[in-house]
Amino acid sequence: MHPLLRRIQHTFSVGVTGVSEWRGDVSVTVTRDKLREVAQFLREDPGMDFDYIVHVSSVDWPDDEERFEVVWEFYSIRKRQRIRLKTRVPEEDCVVDSLTDFWKGADFMEREVYDMMGIRFRNHPDLRRILMPDDYTEGYPLRKDFPLRGKGWRDTFDFLDEVPR
Amino acid sequence: MAFEDQRTTVYKVNPEHPESETLPTLRTEELLLNMGPQHPSTHGVLKVILELEGERLVKSTPVMGYLHRGVEKLAEDGTYHQFIPHTDRLDYVCAMYNNFAYCRAVEKLLNLQVPERADYLRTIVAEVQRIIGHQFWLSAQALDIGAMTVFFYCFRDREILLDWFDELCGARLTTSWYRIGGVERDLTPALIDKLKQFLDYFPPKIDEYQVFLEKNRIWLGRTKGVAVISAEDAVSFGLSGPVLRGSGVDYDLRKYEPYSAYPKCEFSVPVGKNGDTYDRYWIRVMELYESVKIIRQCLEQMQEGPIMADAPSVTLPPKERVFTNLEAMIQQFKLFSQGFDAPPGEIYCGTEAHKGELGFHIVSTGGGKPYRLKIRAPSFIHMGAFDHMARGYMISDACTIFGTYDIVMGECDR
Repeated sequence: MHPLLRRIQHTFSVGVTGVSEWRGDVSVTVTRDKLREVAQFLREDPGMDFDYIVHVSSVDWPDDEERFEVVWEFYSIRKRQRIRLKTRVPEEDCVVDSLTDFWKGADFMEREVYDMMGIRFRNHPDLRRILMPDDYTEGYPLRKDFPLRGKGWRDTFDFLDEVPR
Repeated sequence: MAFEDQRTTVYKVNPEHPESETLPTLRTEELLLNMGPQHPSTHGVLKVILELEGERLVKSTPVMGYLHRGVEKLAEDGTYHQFIPHTDRLDYVCAMYNNFAYCRAVEKLLNLQVPERADYLRTIVAEVQRIIGHQFWLSAQALDIGAMTVFFYCFRDREILLDWFDELCGARLTTSWYRIGGVERDLTPALIDKLKQFLDYFPPKIDEYQVFLEKNRIWLGRTKGVAVISAEDAVSFGLSGPVLRGSGVDYDLRKYEPYSAYPKCEFSVPVGKNGDTYDRYWIRVMELYESVKIIRQCLEQMQEGPIMADAPSVTLPPKERVFTNLEAMIQQFKLFSQGFDAPPGEIYCGTEAHKGELGFHIVSTGGGKPYRLKIRAPSFIHMGAFDHMARGYMISDACTIFGTYDIVMGECDR
């Protein structure tokens, strides 16, 4: 097992639900309530030192009990190592803690996840839509149940020809 | 909208002075200014709401998404091969590097080895694209600040390379030349000659660009000490590429997570000190010299060999065979319409594009289409630091800051 993963598993006996290493990518899955603790450990522990946030992403698994997966990717400038942090969020309670106070760049990235997947971030300073218009009401485009062509809002524009569907 | 609570302050001039009792009160309030969406220096359609105190920026809020086309959603609908032309339209100034980053990510997912010659070809073309990108950036940034001459000089030289692309793959901007497992076609001897000529022609021209700017008081005044960001903040914001290196952080994926032919080339990574616009400019100009060096070494080291990996279930058959051989044509058709069977798994693969780290996060559940494809676009992440970097500077510096990120809205909004 990768030394990073061994260390994390050793430190968090509860909360870490899965670790994996595939194609050289190291990945840790944690429960939602332990997210901030693990993130703080990744940020501040000298052996981890993940000071650079690479991106925040989200995956929709409609058939799973906990439908959404939020994915953070971190890098350490000094240690030159990468790690992926994942957590699952159920659809009924679509909220996860924001990590903006650890990594400032998480601000826009989390807003994008909220915009595209509808996952809310607790304590985010400015959680608004970022790519879609502010008054967009059709839902969250990257969810799997969102049709590729949208839900018909586009057809209401009088300056566009109606799209045959 | 979020800005209805605009603050209004009314205070008396010089309240301690007795005379002020008789003076009328001076009303000052913060001014909201919409910059964009149609503004020449926003490099696309981007709106920024600027809160001003006099001419100083107090807060700026980028409003993005005018160019959002749902590329990530489209990726889930097409096969892996079909997505390559979509990547051209992300950062449309530097299509080659997007193709490259995407192909590398898919190859990592498939665990596919690219033949050596293809690696060299990829590196050469990627560095040519980096030169084009930096020339475009330099001309646009100088034009935003008011130095028009550099624009013409850069575009003159950029044209040579765009024509070279045209000859290589039939397109100047939306190239789609990279393929999963290799490249679409080889460099002809004529193209190699032309490139060598360019490499001799180009370095004196870089000196020329520098003379225009580095002796220019206006340029120095408008770049030195403008939009300073500390190394710690730059890292925390996730900035990458020249913007991060300008703050003195040595982070270049070509060096520290080497790929393609980069480990076989000798080049240095210029790193700035002050984290201001001038240092970021300096880094990009130095990278032009480094790119020339890398291309030279690649041309020297490159040996004959195949340009496509030997994995017929994944890679496309060569075009000559597609037009003459029935099986090859069926194979090509099936690869595009149904795709290949990717293994289930999840990868992230970052590539050092000229703007910064361009990454693809692909989740596969098997089958011919990606289950989820997330693009880590450097322009988008750089915009996250805009407010932080613009605070306290003049309104005219807002243009400088757009320029210094080298943002392209196609990539930012996806």
